[in-house]
Amino acid sequence: MTYAADTLAQLEKDAAEILGRYPVRRSALLPLLHLVQSVDGYVSPDGIAFCATQVELTSAEVSAVATFYTQYKRRPNGEYQVGVCTNTLCAIMGGDEIWRRVSEHCGVGHDETTPDGKITLERLECNAACDYAPVMMVNWEFFDNMTPDRALRVVDDILEGRDVVPTRGSAKVAPFKEVSRVLAGFEDGRADEDQGIGEPTVVGLKVAREQGWEASK
Amino acid sequence: MTDLTPVLSATWDAEQSWKLGTYEEHGGYGALKKALGMPPADIIQAVKDSGLRGRGGAGFPTGMKWGFLPPDDGKPRYLVVNADESEPGTCKDIPTMLSAPHVLVEGVAITSFAIGCNHAFIYLRGEVVHVYRRLMQAVREAYEAGHLGKDIHGSGYDLDVTVHAGAGAYICGEETALLDSLEGRRGQPRLKPPFPAVEGLYARPTVVNNVESIASVPSIVDKGVDWFTSMGTERSKGMGLFSLSGHVNKPGQYEAPLGISLRELIDMAGGMRGGKELKFWTPGGSSTPLFTAEHLDTPLDYESVGAAGSMLGTRALQIFDETTCVVRAVTRWTEFYKHESCGKCTPCREGTFWLAQILERLEDGHGTDADIQQLLDTCDSILGRSFCALGDGATSCITSSVKLFREEYEAHVQQGGCPFDHSAAALFDYASAETAEEAHA
Ligand SMILES: Cc1cc2nc3c(=O)[nH]c(=O)nc-3n(C[C@H](O)[C@H](O)[C@H](O)COP(=O)(O)O)c2cc1C
Ligand code: SF4
Ligand code: FES
Repeated sequence: MTYAADTLAQLEKDAAEILGRYPVRRSALLPLLHLVQSVDGYVSPDGIAFCATQVELTSAEVSAVATFYTQYKRRPNGEYQVGVCTNTLCAIMGGDEIWRRVSEHCGVGHDETTPDGKITLERLECNAACDYAPVMMVNWEFFDNMTPDRALRVVDDILEGRDVVPTRGSAKVAPFKEVSRVLAGFEDGRADEDQGIGEPTVVGLKVAREQGWEASK
Repeated sequence: MTDLTPVLSATWDAEQSWKLGTYEEHGGYGALKKALGMPPADIIQAVKDSGLRGRGGAGFPTGMKWGFLPPDDGKPRYLVVNADESEPGTCKDIPTMLSAPHVLVEGVAITSFAIGCNHAFIYLRGEVVHVYRRLMQAVREAYEAGHLGKDIHGSGYDLDVTVHAGAGAYICGEETALLDSLEGRRGQPRLKPPFPAVEGLYARPTVVNNVESIASVPSIVDKGVDWFTSMGTERSKGMGLFSLSGHVNKPGQYEAPLGISLRELIDMAGGMRGGKELKFWTPGGSSTPLFTAEHLDTPLDYESVGAAGSMLGTRALQIFDETTCVVRAVTRWTEFYKHESCGKCTPCREGTFWLAQILERLEDGHGTDADIQQLLDTCDSILGRSFCALGDGATSCITSSVKLFREEYEAHVQQGGCPFDHSAAALFDYASAETAEEAHA
């Protein structure tokens, strides 16, 4: 491992906290892999070695796990992971066209990163937001009801260094490394940030209120 | 007309609905206090009597599942909440956890107490970071308020809850693959038996339940079995979230008694987009056989949907109108199954690969009539021969669509291409010539 001493010290401190959440060491592996992505921006060889030491496995065993999951990146990832859902429902509602435009605009394809390291593009599978189709995710925050124009604006904002704001979620999208740290199970104090409830989420509740319907007491 | 019955969704429009304070103002954690004063066996009995069935897809009776745990041997037993929500079309657990995470946390506490578990896990798919923030905060707030932790409300009962983020893999929603993943392994299904109730997490007795199943528990404890059974049909009791997506005017979450019909739901959702005709829909996600307008009045309960040849699944109602090419839809779902097949067993790994190849050439207009039969034959060699339900699920949309829309497959062969203008199905205008070439994943 080639981590600087202070980086390693922080990693070890965080790893101890992660390990403390589980009765069995190996269960910490997924959050530990998110943790090394928060430092290196991908699952680096150093990161694999670090995880292996922490959970008492070989590097080969850790690699075998890491390669199973699409969120673990084998190459340095862009600062923003931009995913366009092209599973059936979103694709048909316009996701295919959004993907085509975004990919053309960025000049990269699936699982590729723009030369400036800003954006890694991905064709996403269903992200459990079909009622907001077509959907895009930036660093795992929701960009609902997309059109090609809206999607390109988000991409341009990222490429030109402006903040991007999800439609449901936090006040602005955090960079890939910061988000990876949250996924390792470290709160970042942003849970109360909110963009207002989305219409599809409460549409049934509204109908019920208008009709005076409620589940009997 | 069936009335909607917001229970889980009742507080979603409240100010800061995700906060502990908001949840408590609406009576939250009252059920936990009540439950802690009950013998655990009585809680299990109440859930059995309520008729609550698993909301994660298979519809297995929840109380019965809890009852399968072997007698307490003094060693750990676990509750694992399945918050992986990745079945295409399914989008109910994510809004639940984003808008009201405490209803899940309270359900976890009650369930854990009932089954004698002192450490529960919530396995959340990793691709929803704000949901993870809300869940972590909710668990922390619950500890601070004494709803979790040591000696909860002076009952002598201890419970720790760990919220765990996955890392992108649909198969980790399958309960045994989920357990392997939670143990830090590749998420591949395990041979059953032994079932998780006997040997689950760390080879200890484990209950795995869906988010919505567990979130329904506080209301049953609080309002009673009779209240719960007053909703729903004979053997499909209670309320559930119906998630409408696709070509309806107001897609979204509609919480209703089981047994409501799609006709009623579409009506509440403001009808079909542009007054177009309904063509096909999934009653329970992409793994459930397709329905058509013929099934508009089928009661959406486990028995009726099953009798009509599909499955209630996760009540993920993906609705497609007449502008949609069914071959395109099925091809894309099949590419999903190919991508998500974990590779453990041959029928699914190889079969989904070939299905995707055949469908792609059919959709592109390079297929033959023999390909249509080849699709059905390949499905035959997957269905019932796969190690887990992913393989079976992959065949559903293919066999049902060939049965319902064979002439549309044939039209692709005859015309040497897709007869549909794909832009007509989209929600925004674009010149479709540009998308002539659609990248296949
Ligand atoms: C491929 C596959 C994916 C699944 N994905 C999920 C899921 O995301 N969430 C879920 O609750 N159940 C999922 N299930 C069902 C689980 O295996 C299990 O039946 C369920 O979590 C049990 O909870 P319940 O009885 O409360 O429904 C999936 C099953 C299969 C075969
Ligand atoms: S059916 Fe598919 S997903 Fe299930 S074990 Fe076999 S290869 Fe894996
Ligand atoms: S299909 Fe795109 S979010 Fe479900």
